[in-house]
Amino acid sequence: MRNVWIIASREFRQYFISPIAYALATMLYLILGGIFFINVYFGLETGQITPDGRIVIGAMVTILLFATPAITMRLLADEYRMGTMELLLTAPVRDWELVVGKWLGAFGFMSVVLAVTWVYPLILHRMTSPGIDQGTLVAAYVGLLLMVAAMLAIGVFISALFRSPVAAFFVSLGVMLALWIVGSLASSSGTMGQLAGYLSFVDHYYNNFYLGVLDLGDAVYFLSLTALALFLGAQVVEARRWR
Amino acid sequence: MIEVEGLTKFYGAFPAIQELSFNARPGEIVGFLGPNGAGKTTTMRILAGYMPPTSGTARVAGFDVVDQSLEVRRRVGYLPETVPLYPEMSVFEYLTFMGSLRRVPELEDRVDEVLEQVAMLERSESYIGNLSKGLRQRVGLAQALLHKPEVLILDEPTIGLDPAQIIEVRRIIQELGRERTVLLSTHILPEAQQICGRVLIINRGKIVAEDSPGNLQAQLAGAERLVVAAGASCEQLLQLLGGLPGISSVRAGSRDGEVEVATVPGKDLRPLLARTIVEAGVDLMELRTSGLSLEEIFLQLTREENDEQAGG
Ligand SMILES: Nc1ncnc2c1ncn2[C@@H]1O[C@H](COP(=O)(O)OP(=O)(O)OP(=O)(O)O)[C@@H](O)[C@H]1O
Ligand SMILES: [Mg+2]
Repeated sequence: MRNVWIIASREFRQYFISPIAYALATMLYLILGGIFFINVYFGLETGQITPDGRIVIGAMVTILLFATPAITMRLLADEYRMGTMELLLTAPVRDWELVVGKWLGAFGFMSVVLAVTWVYPLILHRMTSPGIDQGTLVAAYVGLLLMVAAMLAIGVFISALFRSPVAAFFVSLGVMLALWIVGSLASSSGTMGQLAGYLSFVDHYYNNFYLGVLDLGDAVYFLSLTALALFLGAQVVEARRWR
Repeated sequence: MIEVEGLTKFYGAFPAIQELSFNARPGEIVGFLGPNGAGKTTTMRILAGYMPPTSGTARVAGFDVVDQSLEVRRRVGYLPETVPLYPEMSVFEYLTFMGSLRRVPELEDRVDEVLEQVAMLERSESYIGNLSKGLRQRVGLAQALLHKPEVLILDEPTIGLDPAQIIEVRRIIQELGRERTVLLSTHILPEAQQICGRVLIINRGKIVAEDSPGNLQAQLAGAERLVVAAGASCEQLLQLLGGLPGISSVRAGSRDGEVEVATVPGKDLRPLLARTIVEAGVDLMELRTSGLSLEEIFLQLTREENDEQAGG
């Protein structure tokens, strides 16, 4: 377990000197800032600001779809490419500790990035009276964290399959988009529709968390997706030793 | 400390090593010699727990490399051939990271200690990406020594080092080799001759010879090749010695009045040669055995093997 922590903290610190991480964070804050500004500006024009704390979350979810593959793409692929995997795999570290450590480092970094976006609802809260509904906001953020955890785990798993971070990026993006779009099939009837609904990121997020409802089933969905992806990632690392 | 039995590794259908068997005891430095692509790195990777063999068993420090991989990895210091490092980390950060994964006690002091050992202490804050090849090699070596491993597996440890460092690193290895087990691969034959108690010569994934450097020389050359210098022309000497029993060939040596005599193994022909020359009324100037250098042995062994393969 300590190995997970050691690997995670190295990875976490690595993000703060990584140009990709900075570029992503900057882009995220610029776009969210723009959206926030436009909303508030037109709100002031009409003299009516909607006191909805989730002002930037909708846009953020879409951006995260692209951002998380970029955050996870190099986690394991780069270790394979640079040969440093040989170092990690001959250190007394279990394969799953390595995979979970990588994921945890990325999750820590994304949590910091997400925590900063809390300033927008905070500003909005100050500007409006009686202010925003804190409960809904907390539920929306909890859901967001759970969804990000699952997305990052999928990214780590896919990163283990490749030697090239770019390949890992596009495949992860493809998988996330698929898990996104599959929700639109959910409206169709029958077991296919049910299955699609169950697999869909969108349904599990927007139907409950986003509305301020902390639903156990949805939490279980994201957590089990995370666990499954990390398990598969460890299997891939193990399998690649045998080649 | 290292016990290898019938080790075989296939990459797809290609056999990189086949049925390797050897042992190494504590206090022994074993050199792994072989041409490019012989399978040295493959063997070392298996022993270091990086990948499992296709068949056969290997035990390192008493533990099986497949079933007790973690125990093996705890006890092995490994310097990979490619010396993989994180370029964006400083030397100190890198070593503390690796050391914490290995639970090295009093880590920071120990890092300074190994950096001192490889003469890198003043570069401890440098980014690895900015280091020269030789300096990186030393960082890799420091990483392998960090946890005072019982078994050291070093894939070409002195490659890229300057002469002073080569001497220093060999000294470190010799010192470590007194109590620990060291397996190192090298292409530098004098190096193997100098520091290894035993050499394994491997070619096309098979061990073709295994002995101390001295014995290998004796076994393949020793009394089997003699250099004779006498006060006569080469032709005379060729004629004089050519017909003697026990001699397989005589050819002109490097100077006039010198011939090289190859003899059948296992028989010392020096007394016979001396008597023959003196009885013929020729002055005998010199009569010595000429050992093959390790280079020659190496080339001879690996060439024979290749010829066989080509022929068969
Ligand atoms: N990952 C791999 N996939 C396929 N073939 C490989 C792989 N690694 C090594 N080989 C092949 O296995 C054989 C043995 O390689 P190995 O690296 O063990 O040789 P070596 O003795 O270390 O050579 P060198 O002296 O050049 O370092 C070579 O023919 C090599 O091409
Ligand atoms: Mg090699």
